[in-house]
Amino acid sequence: MRRETLPVAGVDRIGPYSLVRVRRGGLESGIPGQFFMLSPPSRLLPRPMSLCLATRKELGFLIDPIGPGTRALVEVARNDRLPVLGPLGNGYRMDVERPLLVGGGIGVAPFPYLSERLAKPPAVLGFRTEEHAEAAALVPNAEIVVEPRLVTELLRPGHDVLACGPEPMLEAVRRLAPNAQLAWEAPMACGYGACYGCAVEINGELKRLCIEGPVLTAEAA
Amino acid sequence: MILNASGCLDALAAPEIAAQLDIFVTKTVTPLPRGGNEPTRIAETDLGMLNSIGLANPGIDAFVTDVLPELAELEIPVWVSVGGFSAADYADLCSRLDAYDDVATIELNVSCPNVAEPADSVAEIVAAARAATSKSLYAKLSPASGDITAVAEAAGAAGADGLSLVNTIRGLALDATTLEPTLSTATGGLSGPALRPIALAAVFGCFRATGLPIVGMGGVETGRHAIELIAAGATAVALGTSLFADPEAPARIRSELELEAERLGFETPLAAHAAAHEEEGRRKLRKVA
Repeated sequence: MRRETLPVAGVDRIGPYSLVRVRRGGLESGIPGQFFMLSPPSRLLPRPMSLCLATRKELGFLIDPIGPGTRALVEVARNDRLPVLGPLGNGYRMDVERPLLVGGGIGVAPFPYLSERLAKPPAVLGFRTEEHAEAAALVPNAEIVVEPRLVTELLRPGHDVLACGPEPMLEAVRRLAPNAQLAWEAPMACGYGACYGCAVEINGELKRLCIEGPVLTAEAA
Repeated sequence: MILNASGCLDALAAPEIAAQLDIFVTKTVTPLPRGGNEPTRIAETDLGMLNSIGLANPGIDAFVTDVLPELAELEIPVWVSVGGFSAADYADLCSRLDAYDDVATIELNVSCPNVAEPADSVAEIVAAARAATSKSLYAKLSPASGDITAVAEAAGAAGADGLSLVNTIRGLALDATTLEPTLSTATGGLSGPALRPIALAAVFGCFRATGLPIVGMGGVETGRHAIELIAAGATAVALGTSLFADPEAPARIRSELELEAERLGFETPLAAHAAAHEEEGRRKLRKVA
């Protein structure tokens, strides 16, 4: 766990989302599915974001501006400085034989980095609108559905599913693929186990998602 | 001295943060294990943070067998925060902890805004705890009391060795689109910058009323905030919400505090203790006509 204040390298609009790129500094990119805490300007608390892209010089985070924190994050300008803490939590297990990435909406965020590390496996992605679906361009080998069609229509048996998306999608994926690895989301204040804000029920007990997850196998979740 | 506020750090999950502190304060331990409140448990507000964790903890049995020995290995003095629903609960918890040398001080959390209030008064709780242990006892008080200085005096008279000021104060946040409460429990405890002047007033008043040692806390983000609490009467400062935003806050605030003391002409930060109470020459009526 390391925190650095990094210069913003650029912000790219992708449909309604923004890819916020920062200079990498001394931060590790970590395992796909791990997350970083980004401190938005003028807000009290940092926001958890999974890593979307890692190059030698930059880390990229795909952000959906849905509230004051995420809006402040996508409004940063080149050379603004952003405190970034991470990588945090548990990412995806990478020892999978026939990976299939299953994503919904802003849940595509960790997939560009994950796809690269798994040598571009097939992906199935679902979006609310065509505009949101522009984010699919970041993920190689992706098949896309737009609502009212659902991503679960494209699930195929015999794959190791790695999923990220809204809770109803994860619940549906869990029913169809009990061995799936699912990346969950919860509001977090700290990201490192201090605040107990991100409690979720795991095996009948309330546990901290930041430490136990955010990626959990479907059976444990 | 820099501490963490109870419930704002898990020293076993983040030992490198605990190592920056002079004292580690545990999350509140209750007689029985508690899972805590249902999510959603936290919300950011314009000037603070709301939490409704609900005293999630493993209970006193698992705490003394599993957690305390591991905390002792960190070699940082440990204060244990305890919470219950009656004076008898606090007495039981204190007598259990009395046997452990690794417990330096017991903090009585008599002021959690997210669970039912204890049935007994602060004075009754402190007196029961006092009878159950010879360890140092700090009473953590709520800033929402009608007169916190009266509560502090009662705690002191009942045997508290010191005060932890302040706990969070009840607040509410509504969802941006649905206008429903963001937290599952509707209200939660407000912390962060919004609490800062409230904490400062509580420390100022309680120091004047009791002269007891005080751990000041509430929205401390900088060395300046810390020295203000010390000037108001605190003998130590605790960090809460600022730890969430900046895991290096203890080390940073410690060095800022030293620089601020020096800038203001104090040899050490603690030399500024109670400086806000030195009235001579301060309140002068300006004659302007």
